[in-house]
Amino acid sequence: MQPHDEKQFIFDKTENVNRLLRGFYIVCGVLLALDFIIHRHMSHDWEHMPGFYAIFGFVACVLLVLVAKEMRKVLMRREDYYDVDE
Amino acid sequence: MWMSELPPFVIFFVAALLALAARGWLRAVMMLATPIVGGLHLWFGIPVGTLLSVPLLEFELVLVRADRLSLLFGYMFHIAALIAMIFALHVRERTQTVAGLLYAGSALGAVFAGDLITLFIFWELLAITSVFLIWARKTERAMRAGQRYLIIQVTSGVLLLAGALVHYHKNDSLAFDYIGLEGISGTLIFIAFGIKCAFPFLHNWLTDAYPEATPTGTVFLSAFTTKVAVYSLARGFPGTDILVYIGAAMTCFPIFYAVIENDLRRVLAYSMINQIGFMVCGVGIGTALALNGAVSHAFNDVIFKGLLFMSMGAVLYRTGEIRGSHLGGLYKTMPKTAILCIVGASSISAFPLFSGFVSKSMVMTAMIEEGYDYLWLMLLFASAGVFHHAGIKIPYFAFFAHDSGIRTQEAPRNMLIAMSLAAVLCIFIGSQPQYLYGLLPWEVDYWPYDTTHVLAQLQLLFFSALAFVWLNKAGLYPPELPSVNIDAEWLYRRLLPAGLRTTERGLMPAWQGFNAALSRQVNALTDFLLRHHGPSGTMARTWPTGSMALWVAVLLAVMVLVYYI
Repeated sequence: MQPHDEKQFIFDKTENVNRLLRGFYIVCGVLLALDFIIHRHMSHDWEHMPGFYAIFGFVACVLLVLVAKEMRKVLMRREDYYDVDE
Repeated sequence: MWMSELPPFVIFFVAALLALAARGWLRAVMMLATPIVGGLHLWFGIPVGTLLSVPLLEFELVLVRADRLSLLFGYMFHIAALIAMIFALHVRERTQTVAGLLYAGSALGAVFAGDLITLFIFWELLAITSVFLIWARKTERAMRAGQRYLIIQVTSGVLLLAGALVHYHKNDSLAFDYIGLEGISGTLIFIAFGIKCAFPFLHNWLTDAYPEATPTGTVFLSAFTTKVAVYSLARGFPGTDILVYIGAAMTCFPIFYAVIENDLRRVLAYSMINQIGFMVCGVGIGTALALNGAVSHAFNDVIFKGLLFMSMGAVLYRTGEIRGSHLGGLYKTMPKTAILCIVGASSISAFPLFSGFVSKSMVMTAMIEEGYDYLWLMLLFASAGVFHHAGIKIPYFAFFAHDSGIRTQEAPRNMLIAMSLAAVLCIFIGSQPQYLYGLLPWEVDYWPYDTTHVLAQLQLLFFSALAFVWLNKAGLYPPELPSVNIDAEWLYRRLLPAGLRTTERGLMPAWQGFNAALSRQVNALTDFLLRHHGPSGTMARTWPTGSMALWVAVLLAVMVLVYYI
């Protein structure tokens, strides 16, 4: 049921989405760069690696999603799986 | 300032009774007044150290034991009750109002209980009162989910009672203080708490029942049961090492399910287990910092998880749909709800200046301090993961993503007020944590805002978001699909019933054979009885008195003989 007389909303325009994403990439870059400028006090060995938290966050989430996707192959059932008796 | 001997739960129970009779605006006023009056009573009337007990048979039931730990949970439950009541103000159904009041009162009764019997009573009341919030949805699925919920919750209570009785026998005391894992009583009580706390494999009642409750009911449910369990663990099992491992598992496994789950309220239910995991870790570490982290995270979780459940409740209320696969683009018609949802999402993701940040970081810091290096990595993984599924997925698939074409209207005003109240609290606690820290039970010297910590957290979160953006752009992100995912509940929702059916089928021939044999025997028996006791049977004949006397003599002889021996 697509609406007809729709006004344009902010994210209907791709350039707005792209603008948002560009801003987001810049923030990511700045945060990573700050790692080399600000001296962090470390409480843990792993943290000595520059960009530890950035890399960890990125890798963790990619792994999370890819593993979850594989889990679907084993775990996913039809929506009414529990509602019908076999 | 007034002092009073009134236990906090009484106000809610009386209000529930009155709500049975009241209707219209009178009931609305009562719904709002109850948590406010109760909260004022608690704040001004019940200072630290208040103790109130009533005798019952040979026991003393301690109805109020107020120390900084129970008071913190008491304040929190009043705030949660007020927010949930405002959110549910439009509900005309009496059952839900009464159940909500009784449920909140039971939670208060449980956290102020000073002995195990009182705790048990409110433990069971929590189960019985809350199930009506699930049944009120009135769908077939909700009815069944409610039944399963009730069975599991009551079982938890029975285990608690059994543990309490063994504990009483061993220690001659029913006081609810440190219990520890020693002995059978400790284990029983630990499992009872574990069920309500949604330990792994005991967790499915939560993901099963919460998403089936009414839009307003889930907001109540998310606030009380699990937090009472966290309180009980913090009271009975602080520093129990195994809790650190259980908690770490709880933070990690639900996030995988949350990523592929389609029902957005079920995503939140999984994310709830993840957040409770952080609290359980904190209780397990058991240092002052960790315990403070655990209980303050419980405090914050009630508010931000409530906010997220409210925003999804508003979506469900307005659109009648909560599946990610069928939603999207709602920011166009529900912009306020979308913004409030994002505040909740930022809080649960522990963005600096939002409430999750100031409490979760305490648990994380304590973990490092106590040398749980690898578990700390697991928690860090879970922190990134929670941002991924609760912080991004919830708002993204409901309000943005592809336009579902659904055009609805903004949430009702009372819902917006309730959500705004929660959002303000999230930001206030996050940016001014000293007020929450001032209420914490243990002495803390902790401040979350330093450059290192803020930078590390921002890097973690922004690059988690970057992963989401990249996966989406590369088409690797799993789409939302109408589906269910098999979890531990499969054992009792599928395997057990199927096993029973198979056994029944297998035993059918034997059963039929047994039945036939039985009826043959019964027929033979009736024939026998008819022969001897029937109108012409031996036993129907009148006996001479002489034979009676003879038998009495025989009996006497036997008795004498027995005595003689």
